[in-house]
Amino acid sequence: MTVPQPHGVACPNCGAPVRFLWAQAVQTTCAYCRSVLVRRDLDLATLGQQADFPATGSPIQLGTEGQWHDQRFVVVGRIAYGWARGKWNEWHCVLADGTSAWLSDAQLEYAMTITAPSDFEVPPVMQVRVGETYFWNDSPYEVAGITEARYLGTEGELPFTTWEKSACLFIDLLNAKHGLATIDGSDAPPMLFLGEYVTFDDLRLQNLREFEGW
Amino acid sequence: MVAPFETPTARVPKAAGFNCPSCGAAIELHAQGWAVSVVCGACGAQLDATDDNLKVLQYGERVTATPRIPLGTRGTWRGAPWEVIGFQVVTISVEDTDYSWTEYVCFNPYRGFLYLSEYQGHWNVIEKLRRRPEREVGGVRPSVELNGTTFKHFQTATACTTAALGEFPWELRMGDRVVGRDFVAPPFILSAEASDNETTWSLGAYTPPEVIQKAFGLPTPLMQPIGVFANQPNPHANTPKRLLARFALSLLALVLMLVLNVTLAGNRTVFERAFTFSRAQEEQASVTDAFDLDGRTSNVAIDLASDLDNDWLFLVLSLINETTGETREVTRQLSYYYGADSDGSWTEGDKGETVRIASVPAGRYFVRVQAEGGEPGRASASYTMRIRRDVPHYGFYGIGLLALLVPLVLSFFPAASFESRRWAESDHAPTSSGHSDDDE
Repeated sequence: MTVPQPHGVACPNCGAPVRFLWAQAVQTTCAYCRSVLVRRDLDLATLGQQADFPATGSPIQLGTEGQWHDQRFVVVGRIAYGWARGKWNEWHCVLADGTSAWLSDAQLEYAMTITAPSDFEVPPVMQVRVGETYFWNDSPYEVAGITEARYLGTEGELPFTTWEKSACLFIDLLNAKHGLATIDGSDAPPMLFLGEYVTFDDLRLQNLREFEGW
Repeated sequence: MVAPFETPTARVPKAAGFNCPSCGAAIELHAQGWAVSVVCGACGAQLDATDDNLKVLQYGERVTATPRIPLGTRGTWRGAPWEVIGFQVVTISVEDTDYSWTEYVCFNPYRGFLYLSEYQGHWNVIEKLRRRPEREVGGVRPSVELNGTTFKHFQTATACTTAALGEFPWELRMGDRVVGRDFVAPPFILSAEASDNETTWSLGAYTPPEVIQKAFGLPTPLMQPIGVFANQPNPHANTPKRLLARFALSLLALVLMLVLNVTLAGNRTVFERAFTFSRAQEEQASVTDAFDLDGRTSNVAIDLASDLDNDWLFLVLSLINETTGETREVTRQLSYYYGADSDGSWTEGDKGETVRIASVPAGRYFVRVQAEGGEPGRASASYTMRIRRDVPHYGFYGIGLLALLVPLVLSFFPAASFESRRWAESDHAPTSSGHSDDDE
């Protein structure tokens, strides 16, 4: 199926062709000049240019495909974050049914989450403490870690714009069944993502980066 | 909708070499992008692996500790390759005694990190737990429940990094302290490490040194474990279970034999007669009529029943083969007394008894009876004698049962002794002064 392409299929900054993989993409990054491009109606606008995009050790890349439960997915974008223990990526995945999911690779512990329904209650991030328990879907989630992170950059297509952001607070909550909840405190109100830890084998990833010697 | 994405597979080259900013020695990063700190093998400086110039976090001393698995060793665990990239010595202090163990960081660029720990030859393969235990129970004997298994609290201690080499996915500094709580359900150990903004749980599986040696292709055997480790499986744990199965089988056989014995035993009454003993005829023997004992060689039971009334009777019974004269002699004293005193009424002795004679061949027999005794005031006593052939013998089964029970009972001792050695090292040792519980 073809994705409707905006008029300005060329990067407004460098003129390189920009091709969208996902119809709902709001933001993308020019693969050549690293300009952050935002889709406004059917036009592309340049928000600015990123500095060197940080290299990470992730085996995942744009175009990596995998499986989550019964659905295939493809990685179309990413946000890179930095924190006290280095960097990690939130890979923007598009599931076979067209919805978005996020694949996190912090410390190479993979987790898949999707945005929780908007009527789910999210506590004010500044009041949350490690060890507290919150309930979603009648399941208890324990606050396992609170992470201060900063945006390092984006790549590819995203369902929102990130340009104005710099620092944010992530709260990770775990339950007894590999379930994971993440509160992204970079927006007000904070966003809640629900999902689970998945193993490398479960994801059945294809089109990964290869590592010399491995 | 998802459109096909056509990018050539990127190939990540091996990390370029770095030089230690402290001593200039070459440093290779194996977990580039994920390692947070790296300790220089030459000078012991703790460096920031996330910094392009490997900024020094803390200067150190040359590390003298030698990893049993050299850094850079590739192994295979559960079908995936892993490379040993980091090594640290961790020390805890219990009652002014230092105990040190070692930890190994293993890395796979697709699967992340796997950890090994070793204490006096006891190895654990440890994975970070990506979920929370279902339940935590506090109190004197805390426990946690994970996946339906109860882990008992073993020890809470503050561990301190005392030596390190290579790469770590956290900011490692010598002297770092972390409070760890260990819970065990052999062969597993569940550990919690808590800091202000993070609680991490990990699950270790006790692994014999031979398995580690094979997994990492080590040329020489690793040292054999000393003592009993917290989550070491009890080698005797299944002995009682195994013996119980054997016991159940033997018991079944015994019951079967008993049933067969009772049903097949003839238990035929071959002779019966009443006697009257009078003191006047004391020491005069009498003989019975002859009777036949037939069938296979078997036992004979003589049932004696008397009307003794505060009296006693001593009997010498001889079972005599009429043909061969072969004699089997048994003696019995019957006595029966009763009365009443301040404690109420009492009785002593029995009016009757059964005497058994084993292995009597078939033939024609008679019994010679000589009776003695009796209280002076009693002139006579009556008794009957019944002779039965081929009687089931229950006593054998009682002894058999006992013989079966003994090994079963004894088998619990090694398992229990192993457990007491395990728990002697914990915060819950019977003689412990409860030091660590106080530290919590």
